[in-house]
Amino acid sequence: MTRYRDDPAALRGLVRDDAVHRDVYIDPEIFQLEMERLWARTWIYVGHTSQVPAPGDYITCNVASVPVLMIRQPDNSVRVLRNRCAHKGAKVVSDWSGNAGRFIRCPYHNWSYRTDGSVAAIPLRQGYDGTDFAQCEAMQGLRPVAGETYRGFVFARLSEDGPGFTDYFGESLSSIDYMADRSPEGEMEIAGGVLRYMHDSNWKMFVENLNDTMHPMAAHESSAGTAKDLWSDQPVDAPKPMAIEQLVPFAGSYEFFDKMGVRVFGNGHSYSGVHFSIHSSYAAVPDYEAAMQRAYGAQRAKDILGTVRHNTVYYPSLTIKGAIQTIRVARPIAVDKTLLESWSFRLKGAPDIFFKRNVTYTRLINSPMSVVGHDDQQCYRLIQEGLAAGGNEWVNLQRDYRPEEREAHDLTVNGTSEISMRNQFRAWVRFMAPA
Amino acid sequence: MTDAEVTRFIYREARLLDEKHWDAWYELFTEDGHYWVPLTRNQPDAEFHTSLAYEDKLLLRLRIERLRRRPPSQHPESWSQHVLQAPEIEAADGDSWQTRTAFHYAEARGDAMQLLTGVARHHLVRNDGALRIRLKRVELLNCDAALPSIQLFL
Repeated sequence: MTRYRDDPAALRGLVRDDAVHRDVYIDPEIFQLEMERLWARTWIYVGHTSQVPAPGDYITCNVASVPVLMIRQPDNSVRVLRNRCAHKGAKVVSDWSGNAGRFIRCPYHNWSYRTDGSVAAIPLRQGYDGTDFAQCEAMQGLRPVAGETYRGFVFARLSEDGPGFTDYFGESLSSIDYMADRSPEGEMEIAGGVLRYMHDSNWKMFVENLNDTMHPMAAHESSAGTAKDLWSDQPVDAPKPMAIEQLVPFAGSYEFFDKMGVRVFGNGHSYSGVHFSIHSSYAAVPDYEAAMQRAYGAQRAKDILGTVRHNTVYYPSLTIKGAIQTIRVARPIAVDKTLLESWSFRLKGAPDIFFKRNVTYTRLINSPMSVVGHDDQQCYRLIQEGLAAGGNEWVNLQRDYRPEEREAHDLTVNGTSEISMRNQFRAWVRFMAPA
Repeated sequence: MTDAEVTRFIYREARLLDEKHWDAWYELFTEDGHYWVPLTRNQPDAEFHTSLAYEDKLLLRLRIERLRRRPPSQHPESWSQHVLQAPEIEAADGDSWQTRTAFHYAEARGDAMQLLTGVARHHLVRNDGALRIRLKRVELLNCDAALPSIQLFL
């Protein structure tokens, strides 16, 4: 059934200024259209250049449900190619990462491709003599996808139509700068493995949750509240174990989360923790601070280290935490199935404690065995099940709604506003039902 | 300490978990004991590589107390069943034992049940005459898979 594909008015009708229709989370046709119109036409996170240091190195993943590979070229550039044999359509590369050498070869009929995706060799090629093979789709090889790299972050846009990279992300890119600049060398590398957590819920529930500051004191009371209680009989100045230092702030008050602030940008991007965040009170590392001052000068170093944004959402696929150098990536699989990847970065030239902090944090918060993640995942699932019920078709996103926010392209408001979600759906509807 | 006593200890440890005698299970660990579920095969350490879980006694206590509070994700409640192969004692040295136990693990919650399998490696020591766990390292067969929530103890 196609209720929405050819009916832009129906699609626009799913998004009100302060509410969205339940179909955006539960309708398989909407999911398919999201892949084609939102995920294929916007810039989706693929990987980081540090994952493919040498020519021929590749990683594979899905962008907008389409298999792609990101591969280092002989000239050291990085390209994103469709991971689909031009012959019979097999996924050519099946490992998550590896080195292809000079040629990528399909296991089925040995068609082989150069690292830029062009056809290098086909067995018994004379079999195509006298046909229009040279002009057909198969000769286009592993078709490249538009790719852009920013501070090592590689994004791809599958569709030929869509906004340019800089226009799309704009000022929100400063969150990536603030993360990478925490390295005295201004560089980071992926390290320490990837946590892959399967969610039986729509991708938007995760993305919306990143700047939802009204849920920690409810959903995470059992984990952060327990951490707080376990530490409550310790003297105030007792050195905190990393786990306590990281978990307890989740039990912050409504006032704390409200005052931290949230900032929204055009195209659905946003971050919470404008003024401070749950990452503000980690123990100082004096030698590192001295190295940062040498690298950037006192004023810029203070700015970098004082910027502790909570979660930045690069709508729709990437969410980052600059203060601890970890990212989470949403890889939608179906309307009610989403893979979440959690990656860690090592700051080049910084002491080991930062990477330990990062590894501890991702394990405590983002693992399939996380006591924090379990309750988030449960709440997403409850929404997924609850929205199947009719009677009330609308999901309310009205907290602190102000009509004037509709035209804003860069706006900072109180942290408990649901503006980030409304902002995401304003972008959503523009891509889903272009005027 | 006989081999049979070591083996019995490992069976009892799994049973305490499945019967939710978490305080008694917690007491099986030495003060510096750890429960570790690595993320990759042959993972050398837990400090510089992410793990599915790596918990000292403070974090184990947190996990236990949280479960007691019946958090959102424990409605309905989860239940586990360990099915163990006979433990093998791979090394014994005075008051220290290294064991290897292949296992199947089921975790049920409401209408859903997931099955996991792997190898549990215990490093046991004698403390005041009793066996205690210094390290329980649980190597899941599919440690690198995209996993759903695993809420109880492997």
